[in-house]
Amino acid sequence: MDKDSTDARIDRRTALQWISAASVAIPSLDLQPAVAQDTTAVGYGSDPDLLKIYQPGDLWPLTFSDSQRHHMSVLCDLIIPAEDSSPAASELGVHDFIDEWISSPYPGQKADRNLILKGLNHLELEEFFEKTPEEQFSICSEMAIAAKRNRREFPGSFFLRIRDLVSGGYFTTPEGMKDIGYRGNQAMPEWNGPPAEVLERLGLEPQ
Amino acid sequence: MPVIAPTEAKKNYDVVIVGSGAGGGQMAYLLAMEGLKVLVLEAGRMVDPAREAAMFHTPNQAPLRAVATPDKQYGFYDHSVASGWEIPGEPYTNISKEEKREFFWWRQRMMGGRTNHWGRVSLRNGPYDFKTRTRQGVGLDWPISYDDLAPYYDKVEMLAGIFGANEGIENSPDSSPGVLLPPPKFRAGELLAREKAKTLGISVVPVHRAILTKTQDADRVPGKLHPGNPSAQRLLAENMRMRAKCFFATDCHRGCSIGAAFDSTTVFLRPALKSGNLDILPHAMARKVTVDGNGRATGVVYIDRRDGIEHHASGRAIVIAASSQESVRLLFNSTSRQFPDGIGNTNGLVGKYITDSVSSSFSAQIPALENLPLHNEDGAVGQQAYMPFWLNKELQQGKLGFSGGYKLLTVSGRKMPNINSGRSFDWLSDGDGILFGRKLKEDARRYYGSILGIGAQGAMAASDDCYSELDPDQKDQWGIPTLRFHWKFSDDELKQVAHQQESMASILESMGARFNRPPAIDDPIKAVKEGGKTIHEVGGAIMGEDPAKSVTNQWCQVWDVPNLVVADGATFPNTADKNPTLTIMAVAWRAADRLIENLKKGTI
Repeated sequence: MDKDSTDARIDRRTALQWISAASVAIPSLDLQPAVAQDTTAVGYGSDPDLLKIYQPGDLWPLTFSDSQRHHMSVLCDLIIPAEDSSPAASELGVHDFIDEWISSPYPGQKADRNLILKGLNHLELEEFFEKTPEEQFSICSEMAIAAKRNRREFPGSFFLRIRDLVSGGYFTTPEGMKDIGYRGNQAMPEWNGPPAEVLERLGLEPQ
Repeated sequence: MPVIAPTEAKKNYDVVIVGSGAGGGQMAYLLAMEGLKVLVLEAGRMVDPAREAAMFHTPNQAPLRAVATPDKQYGFYDHSVASGWEIPGEPYTNISKEEKREFFWWRQRMMGGRTNHWGRVSLRNGPYDFKTRTRQGVGLDWPISYDDLAPYYDKVEMLAGIFGANEGIENSPDSSPGVLLPPPKFRAGELLAREKAKTLGISVVPVHRAILTKTQDADRVPGKLHPGNPSAQRLLAENMRMRAKCFFATDCHRGCSIGAAFDSTTVFLRPALKSGNLDILPHAMARKVTVDGNGRATGVVYIDRRDGIEHHASGRAIVIAASSQESVRLLFNSTSRQFPDGIGNTNGLVGKYITDSVSSSFSAQIPALENLPLHNEDGAVGQQAYMPFWLNKELQQGKLGFSGGYKLLTVSGRKMPNINSGRSFDWLSDGDGILFGRKLKEDARRYYGSILGIGAQGAMAASDDCYSELDPDQKDQWGIPTLRFHWKFSDDELKQVAHQQESMASILESMGARFNRPPAIDDPIKAVKEGGKTIHEVGGAIMGEDPAKSVTNQWCQVWDVPNLVVADGATFPNTADKNPTLTIMAVAWRAADRLIENLKKGTI
């Protein structure tokens, strides 16, 4: 799979080696660069075209190898699985959003880049992605419990952050908005306040 | 007359205006409508909200789900160009790095200025807000009273288009009958807050915002605003007919391509350009106001930001409205033989008495709002309801331990999700771990829309601790000296913040809230927003009755230089518990009337 990596993506084996080295040196959440950022990446500037529709990779090179991308999609769907009424995160390309996020040239995403690549590497070394879905769910549950106990300790810290980004990435898509129950963003001739059944539920008089 | 380059500028104008926002735009509109030849210098580029606002885009269509970055400091879709607290090449400094001692200075480098970047809340200052010294024994009085400004509030409201209701509230005045547009209906959370806060003696009433909830009356209003001026009436009527009413979707901060939300470009500059009396010069960074041998203002030296070349624009009168602190900086940098410390600064008061809203916020979850039947709660997107200050008597009697009132704005509803929408519910869930999987989706559906936030914005009185001055060492990329800020919230203001926190918690409690943290009653310094972060800063060239104690008179004319007018928030002697923009426009209108009279009579 590594052979299929695009130029923009760092070779997986190299990345793994770098991260392994970093993981040994610094056992918990750290801000040291785990993988060198593409230093040619620049932001969109202070006057970008706001009307254009952007896709991950349009503005700066992405990071994931093909296998990392696949693994991230598996993780995405453990965090946001499909239901009858709504799709899974990977169906909406949330794993590519994660790649865009960790590849960002802005300082706000730097710590996430290190943590997420380190976490992904950790799961790969633990052969997480070779396990059954049930086993994967159970490992996620352990990380979720660890995260609630201590949000700074790896790998719970990683799971917390990737959960935040995957769920945020999901609920900011039209499908995710529909799933969470957002019904706005449509031009309306009038705004009449909440419907009668809502007022009734709250025991409020009509306006 | 159009948007021009420096080489196309006329040799002389009646008035040169620095800045195109609330104050500069208002001035440009009125002067041009009255037939005066006007040049507006704007440091940013032309921006057309009708073509450039990304109104319906969802965050997944933007880089990084539209989160704020150093390039777009209020989020990707915010209708701001080259703007922010930190702008490359345009530094400022703070004297102190201590907690909450730094001032954060937002600059808006685009046509229309900060009117592009605004929630549109438009409440009038009340009678008490002009008499802080007399009433509370702190800060400064204005040289004018509410009654002096009331007719101008009516005019600004009719021109801009403001929704709201006349509720007869103490110190939050009604408008004249027929001026306001109808307020939008309340959302579920706002109705619930109104019902429950009653028990605490707090009323929840419609806020006022500069948004058209119905189309303006283009047959009636122009005649009221421009009596005896048929050409102005025609231009205004035409512009009013180009503005559509709100379609109850999309955040005003994204800009409004249909002209329902007020901004200076759409409401002031568009009709003013059509008058043929206005030239607009973008990319023009003002460097100094020039004076003649008699100390009379003659023009403005500006730098074309695209090539760094310096030019001069001449006018019979000069208006500066570059935003309060940029105007202060321009006054400081306008040195001459007559004014070695800066124009208007003979008494050393330029830069003094900066104030901002004293702000804090608090939120909690309201179980009654869980799992409501799905419905669209966009409404007027943003604030629809507020709680005017309810303890004016106690405040004046000194019973509260602080001297400035505050308003509370509710932020409720099933808003468009953002990057944080999936991470907010762990504390509400009973599981052992953080939420993920089906349980996350279930809980997100249950709790989404049930979080109610309240934001407090309070009055701040002038003090000796908050001011700006020229940095002795630093210059910007064009070699123009930059500002250095001094900032400190007083104990009085911190007591106000503690009270804000307590009130917000009580209101939420009355609604049956679940809390994930206590209000910061004992530690208000943690809760108060940094100076400048509310982007309501005013002062630095305050108006007054006494030339020894103020920089301008009540018509915003610099005492030393009567043909120099400061038309933004720099003249405000305090910050009320109201947002400043509406008052900036009303004060600018009053100043414009005086300036027009003076120019016509030839008295300046």
